[in-house]
Amino acid sequence: MTTHSGNHYFVPHGALYPVIISAGLLALASGFIFSVATDTNKDLAYLQSPGQWMMYIGAAIIMFMTFKWMSAIIVESLTGQYKKWEDKSFRIGMIVFICSEVAFFAAFFGALFYMRVLSVPELASFDPMFTPYKDFLGTWPSVGPGGVVLGTEYKPAALTPMGAWGLPAINTALLLTSGATITWAHWGLLKDNRKQLVWGLFLTVALGVAFLICQGLEYHHAYTELGLTLNSGAYGATFFMLTGFHGFHVTLGTIMLIVIWLRSIKGHFTAKNHFGFEGVAWYWHFVDVVWLGLFIFVYWL
Amino acid sequence: MSTTTVAHHDEHADHPTGIMRWLTTTNHKDIGTMYLTFSLIMFLVGGAMILGIRAELFQPGLQLMKPDFYNQLIGVHALIMIFAALMPAATGFANWMIPLQIGAPDMALPRLNNWGFWLLPPSAILLTLPFTLALFGIGDGAMATGWTFYPPLSVQGGFGVDFAIFAVHLLGISSVLGSINIIVTLFNMRAPGMTLMKMPMFAWGWLITAFLLIATIPVLAGAVTMLLTDRHFGTHFFDAAGGGDPILFQHLFWFFGHPEVYILLLPVWGFIPQILQTFSRKPMYGYKAQVYSLWAIGALAVVVWAHHFFTAGLPVPALLYFMYSTMAISLPLAVLFFCWIKTMWRGSMSFETPMLFTVGWIILFGIGGLTGLVLADVAADAQYHNSYFVVAHFHYTLFAGGIMGIMAGVYYWLPKMTGHMYNETLGKWHFWLTAISFNLTFIPQFFLGLAGMPRRIPDYALQFAEFNAISSVAAFVLGLSQLLFVYNIISTVKGGKKATDQVWEGAEGLEWTLSSPPPYHSFSEQPVIK
Repeated sequence: MTTHSGNHYFVPHGALYPVIISAGLLALASGFIFSVATDTNKDLAYLQSPGQWMMYIGAAIIMFMTFKWMSAIIVESLTGQYKKWEDKSFRIGMIVFICSEVAFFAAFFGALFYMRVLSVPELASFDPMFTPYKDFLGTWPSVGPGGVVLGTEYKPAALTPMGAWGLPAINTALLLTSGATITWAHWGLLKDNRKQLVWGLFLTVALGVAFLICQGLEYHHAYTELGLTLNSGAYGATFFMLTGFHGFHVTLGTIMLIVIWLRSIKGHFTAKNHFGFEGVAWYWHFVDVVWLGLFIFVYWL
Repeated sequence: MSTTTVAHHDEHADHPTGIMRWLTTTNHKDIGTMYLTFSLIMFLVGGAMILGIRAELFQPGLQLMKPDFYNQLIGVHALIMIFAALMPAATGFANWMIPLQIGAPDMALPRLNNWGFWLLPPSAILLTLPFTLALFGIGDGAMATGWTFYPPLSVQGGFGVDFAIFAVHLLGISSVLGSINIIVTLFNMRAPGMTLMKMPMFAWGWLITAFLLIATIPVLAGAVTMLLTDRHFGTHFFDAAGGGDPILFQHLFWFFGHPEVYILLLPVWGFIPQILQTFSRKPMYGYKAQVYSLWAIGALAVVVWAHHFFTAGLPVPALLYFMYSTMAISLPLAVLFFCWIKTMWRGSMSFETPMLFTVGWIILFGIGGLTGLVLADVAADAQYHNSYFVVAHFHYTLFAGGIMGIMAGVYYWLPKMTGHMYNETLGKWHFWLTAISFNLTFIPQFFLGLAGMPRRIPDYALQFAEFNAISSVAAFVLGLSQLLFVYNIISTVKGGKKATDQVWEGAEGLEWTLSSPPPYHSFSEQPVIK
């Protein structure tokens, strides 16, 4: 597998980016905790606003330093530090990273299957003599039988489940098309057709943004008209957490696409050396595949 | 080809000095040193916590602390020992030794490597901050749920649970970054001619560990995220009223939690055979069999998780499946034990401190493995579950199998890392004190568990008093004898007898061909393996 001898491997000079990003993460995490501390302890309400400020500062630090870090890598790439050997490291690293993302989504899909197949039907199948959930049917989509949760009464509100063939179907079409346009852009790059590259990426970005707008509309529709909220039992939790995390990944992917789009306009990437482009493309395809899973298991079936 | 005019500006030893060196470093040896130092510090912190617990348990009744604080100490002790002591120690060795063992100039993704380390101090702060805040009257301390975060208790708890959730998030990111780096390094940075089946066993152990981390850490991240939304955003993942199920959390948690055991142990199983072959002065027995066994254990690790909650009310077919698959792990593990013993068989053995720790490790870890086999039996587990038997069992696997293995590694590689020999007499004292007091601490706990003493309870019935007193005294001896270890390390770093390049007479492998300590940048030209 490795066939390098006498080659020079580029070990980048040290940088403060990682340390500062870690400090930003610490501020973001503890700020968030302080800002919601009043949920569990009313005496801690005074922590709310300092917590929010810590969050904002932490998030700003993380974004700014990520930007600086990536800029440094781009400069190193343009000055020709990354050759074949380093390129292979990036590729393997990106594949492994995407595998870890798959495992993350697997946890939420696992929760969905567990609730649909095991826990919700089980709640409906207790002995009728003893069950606290007498009229609960256990059909999916379910908001649960209701009951007292940690001292407060939880009454599941009636809801209309999100249909598959409205906005979600449009979103499926948008994402699948964007998968095609980014491949078309890649062909342009390989043929050294810059115009095709830039336009292909522009279309991909536009489709990604359109997807996010549609998802925003869909959430609005769910909250205002369907009565479907994060609070809607098993169905609401899995629906919003799965589609929400996916939407978050689409947002990240779109930002990365914008970066490589701007880089393409500036003339970065060559037909032979363009890991930055390919890494984003792989990530985008991964997001695409997750969406197909969502469309089938969350919306359709 | 460009052989003459490559810009070598990064090759000079012109790295910054002082604190900036450590904050910015991309050097695998520096980063490895930071991991190991961090691990040692957190080992002492976690140890101090458990001494508080053993002091409370010295006598029946409540003497020193309130039950809530007792529970906080237990949970944070476990999280610190697992995530901040054992895992960073293994990662530290990986950073130090994998590039040296496979003839690589550095880890493949050096800046990511730096980030992987620098995520750890913030997580340690998140884990311990609630204690400090409670001293100032803010909040009610750390999470009191035990390290497993079981709902509904963890949904009810104060903000200590949130701190632990985010600590786990940061530690998880760190582990994923470290694993990505190690996988890439092993696939892309091996010296020419070093095929996968010529890799040192430590590299194999870590490769499988890294795969396990990539597969399971994100699941833990997902599980604690669900916990967070259940706590603050009104979801009902773990709540029957909304159609969820607390048992769902146990499934998700242990899908990570069981492989985690192997994540902690596989790196140790990697370097233990290397130590054995060094001090037995003969090649390791059954290299291929060991590699295949490591793979088999790695694969089985992800399909046996429910044996951690046999008593939670699983259907009988599931119980049977998880019982048999758990017991199946003992087969590849038996192969490993056989290979370790056969490596020593008729060898020309000598017992320097690393070898003492290794031989002791084999015996004590064997006890841990065998008692695990007992726990894997569904019927027997109904008696043992949640008792001190479990506590004793997993300390035989994680303290003896994990930390004593790591100590063997420290004594084995410390001369290579520092260029000085450690104090052998002190090392031997450390071993005998550790081994004896460890057994005196935990053997009584087997009996306590069999007699029905539950874990995580600060008070106990009178008939348990003698065993608990023995265990507490021995735990203090165990804890204090670790100070010898710390002293020995510090004095070795500062000076001592010069170590030779090979250090040990029987040592073989690329890392022993370099000087002791190795140059700041090693293997800029990769060696060719025949």
